[in-house]
Amino acid sequence: MEVSIKDIIKPENLVYQKSSLLTEKPMHYCPGCTHGVVNRLIAEVIEELGLQQETIGVTPVGCSVLLYNYIDIDWQEAAHGRAPALGTAIKRLLPEKYVFTYQGDGDLAAIGTAETIHACNRGENILMVFINNGIYGMTGGQMAPTTLEGMAASTCPFGRDPERDGNPLSMTEIVATLPGTRYVTRQAAHTAGAVRKLKKALIKGFNNQKENKGTSFIEVVSTCNSGWKMTPVQANEWMVENMFPFYPLGDIKDK
Amino acid sequence: MDNKKDIRLMKGNEAIAEAAIRCGVDGYFGYPITPQSEVMETLMLLKPWETTGMVVLQAESEIASINMVYGGAGCGKKVMTSSSSPGISLMQEGLTYLAGAELPCVVVNVVRGGPGLGTIQPAQSDYFQSVKGGGHGDYKLIVLAPASVQEMADFVELAFDLAFKYRNPALILSDGMIGQMMEKVELKPYRKRWTNEEIKQMHPWATMGKPAERERNIITSVELDPNAFERFNHKLQDKYRKMQEEEVRCEQFNCEDAEYLLVAYGSSARICQKAMELARAKGIKVGLLRPITLFPFPTREIQALLGHVKGILSVELSEGQMVEDVRLTVEGKVKVEHFGRVGGVVHSPEEVVEALERKIIGG
Repeated sequence: MEVSIKDIIKPENLVYQKSSLLTEKPMHYCPGCTHGVVNRLIAEVIEELGLQQETIGVTPVGCSVLLYNYIDIDWQEAAHGRAPALGTAIKRLLPEKYVFTYQGDGDLAAIGTAETIHACNRGENILMVFINNGIYGMTGGQMAPTTLEGMAASTCPFGRDPERDGNPLSMTEIVATLPGTRYVTRQAAHTAGAVRKLKKALIKGFNNQKENKGTSFIEVVSTCNSGWKMTPVQANEWMVENMFPFYPLGDIKDK
Repeated sequence: MDNKKDIRLMKGNEAIAEAAIRCGVDGYFGYPITPQSEVMETLMLLKPWETTGMVVLQAESEIASINMVYGGAGCGKKVMTSSSSPGISLMQEGLTYLAGAELPCVVVNVVRGGPGLGTIQPAQSDYFQSVKGGGHGDYKLIVLAPASVQEMADFVELAFDLAFKYRNPALILSDGMIGQMMEKVELKPYRKRWTNEEIKQMHPWATMGKPAERERNIITSVELDPNAFERFNHKLQDKYRKMQEEEVRCEQFNCEDAEYLLVAYGSSARICQKAMELARAKGIKVGLLRPITLFPFPTREIQALLGHVKGILSVELSEGQMVEDVRLTVEGKVKVEHFGRVGGVVHSPEEVVEALERKIIGG
């Protein structure tokens, strides 16, 4: 018996579809990159919470600089490291809106350290999403503040040497110590289970803004298979083996 | 006396704060630095969040405050910051992003002497940084130079009008003398802040949340397509040419019959007014041209005087910055020299007259 594709495309057979907030623009991320998954989750969360009209996103400098091409909401693109300063002003001037920032490790934990710490310390009522892949992706694989000890990057080709390069920075633990943060968690997106947990965290980060009780901060331990010079599968394995012991997953603060 | 008028004695920096609240500014983001700290101190004392709803926030740095301005400006709000020279240097990154994203805002620089940490005394040595862009890339700021406490107050509103008209940052280039001195000011009545609905109508580009009926708004300065980015740069230049055509403001004193011209802005222009009177009393036909807009520079206005003016002295509290624009304007037709004291030293009217006689008339 011949089965036509038309017979299969029925609402009752639908198990997954692209979020209506994701645009038709092809993503520029490398195959295997975590950004694409997190971008999609953010689109899903905004759609499911019905917040398209209410949300303003702030993009960083780095691989996700063009994130505004992919999710159909209003956006502002910040200078390197300054997204929390933009987010602060947007939220204070439009307190009824939902505001989130999206930054990588170089952006949030190196050049933007002051903006990150002080936005969290003031308890700005925003969600900060922190993609930590331990490397500068867009600029071509240089050492990041979160690069692990011994991990090679183009500006530490023989591995990070703490004596020369300093130690990897755990920004998420630092912001958890600040009274201004309300919800601080570290998640990943390498398995179906991790994706579901991350989505829950993102929903919480948006919903928390209804109550104005402080900053929500979500780190996503991520892979950069191009920068790490691995296949996507190898990169996920390497992350589990090497990144997770130093950047353990789970909620650090939830009040 | 018209008792509706609100006339006060106040510092230039205080006048900035009063004017900001009264002209419906939505947000001020700043960081303390001498000699302009009274701007934020006055705002915090006046508590405008209880009256007009204006947000006032002390940021962790000038870098953060200018980027807060970016965020607020992107929402179509009237937002501003103020600082002094070293702080304004830190803001240059934010200013080039604001110019590149075509965002309106107002920045006040109460200039102190540099380079480096320099001094807290007045200077005019940030002219180049102000009128030539300041950060990276081909861009200009609209630059207004107040010469009195009254103009400190009046130029806040003017700067916002121009900033929104052109979607470009506007800079009020003051100095430690205008910021700190007290003068009589007539304050304008309070104007309501724009409502969010008004902003959506007036500034459809603002990020206020995307409704179904329009495309998403994106505030950005990045464009990786070279041809598109060349076209964008040309568009910016068209805007600056239009400013040069339509927005030049300057004040002229005794220029009709002047054989010699002083060109000076801000506090130097105040000193030059006295110098001009002293020279006139000696029988020297001196005029004073005070640029109010430093960008756009009063090129045509100076050129129109070259039929009878034989020499020009550019008087600035710097080692000679505006003099370069005067020379470009004059194109070698008459002698142009610079006179200025620096490091926080302020020239006296007598010194200006002596310099005019030595460098221009006798030189």
